[in-house]
Amino acid sequence: MELRKSYFADERKDDLHEIGQSRPRSDAPGHVTGKTVYFADRTFPDLLHLKMVRSPHHHANIRSIDTSEAEKHPGVIRVLTAKDVPHNVYTILILIQVGPEDETVLADKKVSWKGEAVVAVVATSERAAQEAAAKVKVDYEVLPAVFDVLEALEPGAVQVNEHHPGNYYHYDSGDHRKVRFGDIEAGFAMADHILEETYSSSPIEQAPTETTGCIVAPEGNDRFTCYTNTQAMFFTLDNASIILQMPGHKLHMVGGTVGGGFGGKVDVIVEPIAILAAKLTGRPVSFIYSREEEMQISSPRAAEKIIIRDGVMDDGRLVARQVTGYTDAGAYSRHSPYGAQKGAAHYPGPYTVPNVWIDTYCVYTNRTPSSAMRGFGVTIADFALEVQMDKLARLIGMDPLEFRFINAYRDGDMKAHRQPTEGAALIECMQEAARVSNWPVAQKYLDMSSRTREA
Amino acid sequence: MARVPVQFRLNGEDRAEFVESGTTLLHALRDTMGDISPKGGCHQGTCGACSVIVDGELRLSCLTLAESCEGAAIETTAGLGRDGVLYPVQRAILDGFATQCGFCTPGMVMAAKALLDHTPNPTREDVIEAISGNICRCTGYEPIINAVLAAARSNSQNAG
Ligand code: FES
Ligand code: FES
Repeated sequence: MELRKSYFADERKDDLHEIGQSRPRSDAPGHVTGKTVYFADRTFPDLLHLKMVRSPHHHANIRSIDTSEAEKHPGVIRVLTAKDVPHNVYTILILIQVGPEDETVLADKKVSWKGEAVVAVVATSERAAQEAAAKVKVDYEVLPAVFDVLEALEPGAVQVNEHHPGNYYHYDSGDHRKVRFGDIEAGFAMADHILEETYSSSPIEQAPTETTGCIVAPEGNDRFTCYTNTQAMFFTLDNASIILQMPGHKLHMVGGTVGGGFGGKVDVIVEPIAILAAKLTGRPVSFIYSREEEMQISSPRAAEKIIIRDGVMDDGRLVARQVTGYTDAGAYSRHSPYGAQKGAAHYPGPYTVPNVWIDTYCVYTNRTPSSAMRGFGVTIADFALEVQMDKLARLIGMDPLEFRFINAYRDGDMKAHRQPTEGAALIECMQEAARVSNWPVAQKYLDMSSRTREA
Repeated sequence: MARVPVQFRLNGEDRAEFVESGTTLLHALRDTMGDISPKGGCHQGTCGACSVIVDGELRLSCLTLAESCEGAAIETTAGLGRDGVLYPVQRAILDGFATQCGFCTPGMVMAAKALLDHTPNPTREDVIEAISGNICRCTGYEPIINAVLAAARSNSQNAG
């Protein structure tokens, strides 16, 4: 690999002597010899197994729960319902002041998605727990459900989550996040062309090779060690502490090697209930998703709907950009209010557009709650934006890369969030990309720099 | 449930254990015999993380009953590269940045070993075919394929 050290040489403090060289990963020797210890590689005497009874309905009221047959099943040690959970309503981002708490650990009155946890069965073997879980009787009153963000926002739509009236997440800025910059009407009025397109995406499952789970061991003195493959250790510690109403010093979280996550292991789902089970039984408890659960129950990347309206001049200048983005949170917030907010910040793209108008909505539907996955909130945004850029270039008969050179942000440009651009290297990256891919661009683009905007 | 005795050679050592009838080889190795190198990713025969070699053939230990291995010779990643010298596939994966989270790696190592034991000079297509039952969600397959080919080359150099 060739390394261009000339760019920004005066700004760099190092001589880049690490970059471009291979260094062995510190954990690789353990991986290749099979010695790396993942959470499930620990064995405990008297280990119990937890299996969840889950809602078969997308949306339903719970009339009654009967666990008596399950309790009698051979091997069952304990059956847990909502009333066993000290603080049953939570939301992961409450720790960074993103509320309200909107999700139950174990559902008691209502389920809002197919797969929602209702009853936890703890038994001496996985098989016994599974068999007993099948004996739990839940009487549901099935309710109508909504699966589309735009339908969910219509007046009179099914109310997914009582904490979010109108199925919107309510930010301190109102029912959406917004960016306003310049004068969007004037921008469209001056534009030679206007192009409006709608983009949508499906949920994407992270599908890590190791499924989500934890093993909890009681340590005496009401202290518990939780071996977990979480990607978010402190969210796990703090949320478990809130849900269990136990001070954090009683909870010892042990993380370490995660067998793949891609964002799918940042939610706090398995640990609190497993700790509670260990507390109530006095025995170590393992709660590990089956592959089927991992694919169906763990939170995927959110589905998004993105409407982009751009005004462009014949000479290639973008003069107006209006974006409305909808993030499908599914039934509960988890990380989605944050994802939708990131989208608002991201939609101008790495381009300098003088007139920008952006609204993003986090919307509740009766789908599996979505959450983090690799750049959530901006990855689909980039897909939509860059497809839109190609379409705009085609519309005005311009080369798509040259079109991007014209609009790329340069140092000193004011961004739509009223933050001046600093340290942009986009022009230089595109020049390099053009070179290595043999994509011909006119010399004037190769003479551009991110340092200054040419006259 | 009834316990049954099983005896087999695990990585060259004679082992005799009692396991519950119906226990998978994967569970027997991990929970009873203390060999955590095979991983359980799906427990349904689709991910390959649990791959081991039984009497010279690659097998999914999650779909193999421990009791069916009576008298067999079983090889796992934990048995490779003893005395601090890595087996060539292990070395090549390490050098070739062909492992990230590592969860698929022991299964990949066994799939590659089974290939090289039978086909010391595989083609790229042979390698692709051999690891086609092993899912890696992190690394991408290119570095893994290249590592297996590199291991084959280093093997033939050692032989020659
Ligand atoms: S655990 Fe055996 S194939 Fe996945
Ligand atoms: S390295 Fe993570 S699954 Fe292969």
